[in-house]
Amino acid sequence: MLIGISLISFFIMHLAPGDITNNEASFNPKASEESRQKLRELYNLDKPIIVQYGLWLKRMVQLDFGNSFASHQKPVFLGVTDGDSNYTEGMIEAALPITLMINLLGLVITLTLAIPLGILAARKYQLWQDKSITLFNFIGFSIPGFWLSLLLMYWLGVVNNWLPISGLHSLNYDNLDTWGKLTDSISHLVMPVIIPSITGLAGITLFVKNGMLDVLNQDYITTARAKGLSEHKVVYTHALRNALLPLITIIGLSIPGLIGGSVISETIFAIPGMGKLFYDAVLMRDFPVVMGVLTIGSALTLLGNLLADVAYAWADPRVRRGVAKD
Amino acid sequence: MTALLISSCLALSACRQQPDPIDYSKAHPGESGSTLISAMAAEPSSLIFMIAGESASAEIASNLFNSLLTYNAQLDIKGELANSWEVSNQQKTITFKLKPNLKWADGKPLTSADVLFTWQLVTDENTRSPYASDFQLVTKAEAPDALTFIATYNQAYAPALDSWSSLHILPKHLLEGQDIRTTNFARNPIGSHYYQLSQWKHGENIKLSRNPYSVLGQANIEQLITRIIPDNSAQFLELMADNIDSMGLDPIKYSRIIPTRPRLQKNLNLYKALGNSYTYLGFNLKHKPFNDIRVRKAINYAIDKQEIIDGVFLGLGINIASPYKPGTRWSNPALKPASFNPSKAKALLKEAGFVDANGDGILERDGKPFAFEIITNQNKEREKSAVIIQRRLKEIGIDVKIRAIEWASFISRFINTGEFDVVILGWGLGLDPDQYSIWHSSQHGPGQFNFLGYNNATVDKLLEQGRTELNPDKRQTIYHAFAEQLLADSPIVYLSAGYGLTAIHKRVQGIANPTPPAGVGYDSQKWFIPKSYRRNQISAH
Repeated sequence: MLIGISLISFFIMHLAPGDITNNEASFNPKASEESRQKLRELYNLDKPIIVQYGLWLKRMVQLDFGNSFASHQKPVFLGVTDGDSNYTEGMIEAALPITLMINLLGLVITLTLAIPLGILAARKYQLWQDKSITLFNFIGFSIPGFWLSLLLMYWLGVVNNWLPISGLHSLNYDNLDTWGKLTDSISHLVMPVIIPSITGLAGITLFVKNGMLDVLNQDYITTARAKGLSEHKVVYTHALRNALLPLITIIGLSIPGLIGGSVISETIFAIPGMGKLFYDAVLMRDFPVVMGVLTIGSALTLLGNLLADVAYAWADPRVRRGVAKD
Repeated sequence: MTALLISSCLALSACRQQPDPIDYSKAHPGESGSTLISAMAAEPSSLIFMIAGESASAEIASNLFNSLLTYNAQLDIKGELANSWEVSNQQKTITFKLKPNLKWADGKPLTSADVLFTWQLVTDENTRSPYASDFQLVTKAEAPDALTFIATYNQAYAPALDSWSSLHILPKHLLEGQDIRTTNFARNPIGSHYYQLSQWKHGENIKLSRNPYSVLGQANIEQLITRIIPDNSAQFLELMADNIDSMGLDPIKYSRIIPTRPRLQKNLNLYKALGNSYTYLGFNLKHKPFNDIRVRKAINYAIDKQEIIDGVFLGLGINIASPYKPGTRWSNPALKPASFNPSKAKALLKEAGFVDANGDGILERDGKPFAFEIITNQNKEREKSAVIIQRRLKEIGIDVKIRAIEWASFISRFINTGEFDVVILGWGLGLDPDQYSIWHSSQHGPGQFNFLGYNNATVDKLLEQGRTELNPDKRQTIYHAFAEQLLADSPIVYLSAGYGLTAIHKRVQGIANPTPPAGVGYDSQKWFIPKSYRRNQISAH
């Protein structure tokens, strides 16, 4: 599977015209064609694609993602320490934790809002609560994220000076005490975390609502009610657990997004994350970085799907029994 | 408890109150200290410019490293590390005399051995510097004593002086024996200029502080912070919120947004300076009918350049007639751009054999309609210019289509193969007037820069002469003649030379106004921020 993914992405990337030696910055009368040709030879870009893939695969199986083609030549994945014990941070190593943290926080916020909203909408189906939640979701879903971001940056950052506009830390971050550092980081994360979760809220709320509606119409719910259980117990003990099963799939599916990051929001908020890293690498035709991000991304996605399957089996006895019978 | 809450809220809202507006019009004596915060869109990949070769690297590294020579306010060459230089041996040898007692930021002496080492480094095969070719022409480089560096060329090479003004001299004692491609020095450099690197948070900001051993004396401003903010709108919001002191602007912000907002106007000074670049419409001279000078001239007459400057650049550009920055010695003041004259254009096309025989509004020659495609890269200003040109050419009976293509495909599919009719592109040029690689007929090959296929024996000769003449006055005559011939041949239509636009907070004083040809950043070591205007602390988010 992984080899298939790497093969396809490698060829797609190399089918795109151009390579590292002809980005816009290098369209420079002072840079000679010979020097560009030398670069191509150095990076094996003059060899046939299949040979290049073979070379790449050979390094890959040793988990060596190589170094970026960009002039800093940083390692793609993990950092290295050179002879003078200077540590050079790997590009993915630096970007992944930032993106992961922002997206995990966003996912947690989305879920904590979406589950109660979805339950409420199902219980008050077709009533004004349901309708207003649906309306709110539609608005959130339709608003372009970058537009909302810019408006909020202007309102919260320029007009009112309540929140920082961009970046991850204040310039005086290193001089702050622990509490100051914490509040500084949180205030920088508020907008980049919350804005995407608002726009992502709609889908999950709808999922919870529909799951809940399905379950509430099942016979065993009627039975539970007939037993005289309290409505609270019916909804939160009997219905909710079953209604949330599809969410496991949703979370499994959202893993590529969690590590991929968003180019637009990372660019607007000046966050050095995975989305920006990947986007810049594609524009520069920085093949090792592109392939590194894709390979690690697909590996993590496969792992995520596996975990989702396992979690399914853990949460749903029917799946478990099915496995046992086979 | 409630009282405590209320009082803390009061305190909080008090801190958020905007301070009283400061009157920035008072004159202040130069005061040393404080911090200047600016923003850049892309992070430098390395601070060794000979390797990185990108503008972001140049912007930071030029505060850290010196070159032998530099440019004065009028863009003439003057000494930087070199006290003087002498051209001898039929202009083949340049002898530089360094200033005495130069030091690196770590206190070690900076001598001609460092210059020699830097030359060896830039010409080393393993360095693979995109700028190596200028220095590979040096056949012999010597450092006979600590203050003398002698470069000998096979034949006189005039752009050499410019090349020595762009080569950052690197410290031998720190780089010797290191692999220049991977050395940690690229992220942790020691230079000799006004500033030294104090912190680099990757993807966030770069902090520079004053270098106590600076070879040119001390700058006024204590600390320079450059924040990395890729999105232009986000940068502008930071400027509005007074979290950064300066940023480059586009024409809309410069002439529409800032003038209509009193608060911004009160806090910001705007500067404009001609850049060393221009936008042009270029013809593929190997394709018919663009090999006919009458057709090229007709198209030149049919395009209203002022309309493009006003419409696309909001008036923030000028009409040019030579490929040099107006106001410098290389620009020929006698040359005038072709006027907007559609009837002259029609007459020229008729002379070239184009007539509208079937009455459909499009001219034909030999039964074929006059239609072509303007290709450009995805650049809003170039695309808009193309649309305006399309309309003007339609008026004289030429059917134009426009195609905007992503840069790498644009270069590999069209420019390198020569499969194009007309392009809109720009040249960003160095300060040396030599344009051999763009216009000499030997530079036609794929990947070379005379992709328009320009070929003129007179121009070839002038360009060769200009490259071997180190006397600025004689060179000036040569390049004036070159520009004149180029204008007469019209291989390109000069569309606009745009201004570089900058906003700087009024707290920063001592900025030369009007901006000299060398640009707004010239002599920035003299800038200062008076004590009463400083931020209380850098709480800047």
